[in-house]
Amino acid sequence: MSDPGSVSGGSGLEAAAAAGVDQLSHVDDSSQKQRKPRSLWSDAWGELRTKPTFIISLVIIAVIVLMAIWPTLFTSVDPRHADLDKSLQPPSGDAWFGYDLQGYDVYARAMHGARASLLVGIFATLLTVLIGSTVGIIAGYAKTWLDSLLSRFADIFAGIPFVLGAIVILTTLNAPSENPGVVRIVTQVVLSIAVLSWPVAMRIMRSATLVAKQQDYVKAARGLGASPLRIVFRHLLPNTVAPVLVYATIALGAFIGAEATLAFLGIGLRPPVVSWGVMISESRDYFQSAPHMLLFPAGFVTVTVLAFVMLGDAVRDALDPKSR
Amino acid sequence: MGRYVLRRLLQLIPVFLGTTFLIYALVWAIPQDPFAGKCGQRPCDPNYIAEMSQKLNLNDPLLVQYFKYLGNLITGDFGTTFNGVSVGEQISTSWPITLKMGLIALVIEAIIGITAGILTGLRKQGFLDNLVLVSTLFLISLPVFVTGFVLRLYLGPQGFDIMDTSVSSDPTIGELILPGFVLGSLSMAYVARLTRTSIVENRRADYVRTAIAKGQPQTRVVGIHLLRNSLIPVITFLGTDLGSLMGGAIVTEGVFNINGIGGLIFRGIQEKEGIMVTGIVTLLVLVYLLASLLVDLLYAVLDPRIRYE
Repeated sequence: MSDPGSVSGGSGLEAAAAAGVDQLSHVDDSSQKQRKPRSLWSDAWGELRTKPTFIISLVIIAVIVLMAIWPTLFTSVDPRHADLDKSLQPPSGDAWFGYDLQGYDVYARAMHGARASLLVGIFATLLTVLIGSTVGIIAGYAKTWLDSLLSRFADIFAGIPFVLGAIVILTTLNAPSENPGVVRIVTQVVLSIAVLSWPVAMRIMRSATLVAKQQDYVKAARGLGASPLRIVFRHLLPNTVAPVLVYATIALGAFIGAEATLAFLGIGLRPPVVSWGVMISESRDYFQSAPHMLLFPAGFVTVTVLAFVMLGDAVRDALDPKSR
Repeated sequence: MGRYVLRRLLQLIPVFLGTTFLIYALVWAIPQDPFAGKCGQRPCDPNYIAEMSQKLNLNDPLLVQYFKYLGNLITGDFGTTFNGVSVGEQISTSWPITLKMGLIALVIEAIIGITAGILTGLRKQGFLDNLVLVSTLFLISLPVFVTGFVLRLYLGPQGFDIMDTSVSSDPTIGELILPGFVLGSLSMAYVARLTRTSIVENRRADYVRTAIAKGQPQTRVVGIHLLRNSLIPVITFLGTDLGSLMGGAIVTEGVFNINGIGGLIFRGIQEKEGIMVTGIVTLLVLVYLLASLLVDLLYAVLDPRIRYE
């Protein structure tokens, strides 16, 4: 998944959580008042609960998150303990995923690598959605000249191919030979992903706002003298957040793949950080003699991305009554 | 139509200037000595520094530098690197390879993606439908370089020895098919899904029902009436995708050791040849913008309801 910019799509964990809260308050209502119309979110939740892909992806995500928080639950081996005698040994009973070039236990590193990969994904998604939806809602709500200014501004960033832009940004910030600290490189990777991806979130938010702005309740609120801020936060935002959340879920998966791609190119995270991308980039020159070095971390990336894309797909279908 | 094309071209100009300036500023404005390490172990000769600064306009303010650079570009002069190699020549040898690979990827993703999309869109909920949905989901989740490595490993001589996966320095179209497939694999999944959704939506449209009621044969209903309308979003996607394919080719070129734009830009960055980087990125941005313009014009051909004044 080298270009998260091409992701389009549908809702997230937060959406599911919000829908869950909605549903709880709704259960009591429905027993008393049968005819109360169900909200979009509770309707979607009802649809989602019975979907196997939704349940499966939630379970996978829960395991990955657990792995990121307490990797020691899954392995007691130190991921930074190298034993050169075991270099490149294939999978065995002792080390399920074998050993890499330095004699690190690949299984232990895969468990500990979840944290960095997930953190990059989550922060990059938060930043992308935050920048994108702020600019998008301003552009959608504002008068025409500001809208076209912001839209052209977004076009400028959308015109840069993702991998290329990230290479230029990350190599300008770090000379190729130096090794920046952990916090610095993680911040830089997150920032460059967000800077290159926000136009997508902005376009989704802008078109959702353009639709919502025409609704009668917005006109009524404006007629009653509500301030623009109040209209945006109370009336527009709750009705435009769904498509952005769906995009966020799918993008989260895509960004985890992007982290791996950047690490593979040698410009993203790098040792001593343990992440799936770093593991894959270390396997680069040895994958023909020791394919397990590549296949296991790549498998983790794939399964994680798959879970988020599946979740996003399921929530999008649930939120879109037309697709039923 | 002519006026519309003109207006679109004018709209492209600010975006083109903005994007290229952004890259130019990123490459040149970072306060670093551009001559550091350029002359081996000793500091550079002042005459050389003066000459190169003059050539690259390093003494001018950034904005002036940028416009002087653009002025040279318009006359076809990409400039020369620090050791006097012409950037234009370098680009002209590797550009066709990347372009060829990008186009092969585009053709492969269009053919396989659209075929899969049509087959599943017409027969919703069958075995084939599920198969395509699952496999596209899988393709979307797989990072491109993993697809590349795995295919190279298992198709090549070390694996099942099905084909020769190495690519020569001046590759033929046959050699580029596997890299092109890898490069287009992600977008192929999107194309398949987009076509499927679009066909499912349009299948119940009134004009399709009318065509069936008129007694048109199935092939004509699908091929002319349904497809022409359903392919519009797919064409948009394919058009904007050419730009990102060329940009994403860096990864594929790395996996298959192809001597294209990707290697050039990577070397340019490692050796801090800013002029090489800006030249290539400018070209790629141009491809992206022109492809999206072309897509807009194709709309009119595909959708008879759209007419440009």
